[in-house]
Amino acid sequence: MTTNASTTPDVNITPNASTAPKKKNFWKKTGFIQELVKNKAMFLMLLLPFTLVFVNYYLPMFGVIIAFKNFNYSDGFLGSPWSGLENFKFLFMSDAAWQITRNTILYNLFFIVLGLIFAVLFALALNELRNKFAARLYQSIIFLPYFLSWVVVAYLALAFLDPNGFFNKTIVNIFNLQTVDWYASPQYWPYILVLINLWKNIGYGIVIYIAGISGIDQEYYEAAVLDGASKLQQIRYITIPFLIPFMIVTVIINLGNIFRSDFGLFYQIPMQQGLLAPSTEVLDTYIYKALIMSGDLGMSSAAGLYQSVIGFFTVLIANWAVGKISKENKIF
Amino acid sequence: MKPKKINESLSLNSISPTTNLIINAAFIVYCIFCIAPLILVFMVSITDQTSLAINGYSFFPSKTSFDAYRYLFNDVEKLLRSYGVTIFTCVVGTFFCVLFTMLYAYPISRKSFKYRNFFSFFMFFTMLFQGGLVPWYIMYTKYLHLQDNIIALIMPAVMNAFYVLIAKTFFTINLPDSVLEAARIDGASEFKIFYTIVIPMSTPVIATIALFSFLSYWNDWYLCLLFINDPQYYNLQYSMYQALRSLQFLTSSLASASGNTTSALANVPGETLRMAMAIIGIGPIIFAYPFFQRYFIKGLTIGAVKG
Repeated sequence: MTTNASTTPDVNITPNASTAPKKKNFWKKTGFIQELVKNKAMFLMLLLPFTLVFVNYYLPMFGVIIAFKNFNYSDGFLGSPWSGLENFKFLFMSDAAWQITRNTILYNLFFIVLGLIFAVLFALALNELRNKFAARLYQSIIFLPYFLSWVVVAYLALAFLDPNGFFNKTIVNIFNLQTVDWYASPQYWPYILVLINLWKNIGYGIVIYIAGISGIDQEYYEAAVLDGASKLQQIRYITIPFLIPFMIVTVIINLGNIFRSDFGLFYQIPMQQGLLAPSTEVLDTYIYKALIMSGDLGMSSAAGLYQSVIGFFTVLIANWAVGKISKENKIF
Repeated sequence: MKPKKINESLSLNSISPTTNLIINAAFIVYCIFCIAPLILVFMVSITDQTSLAINGYSFFPSKTSFDAYRYLFNDVEKLLRSYGVTIFTCVVGTFFCVLFTMLYAYPISRKSFKYRNFFSFFMFFTMLFQGGLVPWYIMYTKYLHLQDNIIALIMPAVMNAFYVLIAKTFFTINLPDSVLEAARIDGASEFKIFYTIVIPMSTPVIATIALFSFLSYWNDWYLCLLFINDPQYYNLQYSMYQALRSLQFLTSSLASASGNTTSALANVPGETLRMAMAIIGIGPIIFAYPFFQRYFIKGLTIGAVKG
């Protein structure tokens, strides 16, 4: 882009709307063309990224019509015959629709609640440690899993859960337990997935809350100490109240995304074992599998539209709610 | 982020030594949980295959062997290829991601730009609503013909509304109009201002976005899963994923050489080979991590202040 600099004449020194007195706009026509001429450098800067956003995000939005079509590759988006609400009817009449919706929401609820509790607890504890070097070291180590890809985490999980893995060969012997064929026992997977998700993402939450804690004015604590407040009282009456807006905003934003899930977690960790599907299938994995594995475009796009539309409203509501609590955290 | 400094003179304001000890112990245990899986995978990768079959996965292999690594390095070309694909997408993708994010965020942060609200909305609306996987996938494969094309590993992640939001906020706060106005009066063009003033002033936010973007390209396997069938474009994570799913992927060249898949597979140190593949994949990020995470935390904090 920088090469364009030479082709742009230096006409932009003409006063801009913001700096020139407001009156000037009065007799100046303010059409799109004038703006285009005046700010052509701005438009040039936006050109490529704008095109990319358009192609990547907006063109597919028109494609949602295929949820109402009997799509086939040879006729394409526009040529394929309409099928009305057939796709939705099939989706919602299947057992899958209820199951994947329930799984998606329940998993997210647990992630949100437990993630919040542990991140705040860990951040508070790290903050109180006397040895600051140790605190930083712990934080670095806890943050490490956040950097690993889901593929790597799937390997780590396998090392524990494999029939030959650490659990079945070592832990079983130490505690005298029964061996478990983890990859064929759906009943354990809600716990496993919640644990793994916490393990991977808790470091991120800690960073956010530690940043929040370090923003608290020290004078509050000094005053509290003079009044004879104990450490626990300080945490309860100073630190936590300061963090509450943070917590509420985080929770609401996460609630706004309750219909989306981390595809990697649900696709990689259970290793696509069919037996586990009842407890590990979520909307995102269902949509992927219907598209790629069974090639059921109609069902897949109907589920995708269902997710997008409900997701749209939850994000809007969440954003509105965030605005009520703290204006500066509002996204729109 | 540095933990806050507590005024040492206020003795009441620190936890008792016993509490301190308990909290430390709890964190040490938790930290072991964070690292142990990595160590386990490494230990399995250097365990002898037959002793593995008897004793299972263990932190203390009864017999060590580097057969698995020897095996992988027999086929080093495949490994280097996937490293090459990953490094290429990381470098090119991060470059364009940073450049385009800056180019998009700068105009929409300027009050003098009349259509800034439209363009902001255009970007941020993508956080609200998306067409979904199916139309997007069909567009990439049927209309843009990007299947088995390395562009498909780069293009989808170049523009991200969240990064634009971070950069826009940074510009709004840190780039006063007066500075830009002064440059304009000196006769600098908008582009000259952009690369002589705006870019040098925004190193913190550039570093943040570059790190976020680099890590997401490095850890990507999803785009590869969707769009790549040709093994020569497999990136590192996807090769690891393939290795996790099937030993055949690791041993395909051997099998085709001997013409007999089963007999070739019989001699392969199967499980240890998988774990060796994981170690080779994890390696670089673990070594880069101590450097990485400091800046990452800074970046997260920039993003979180108004994220």
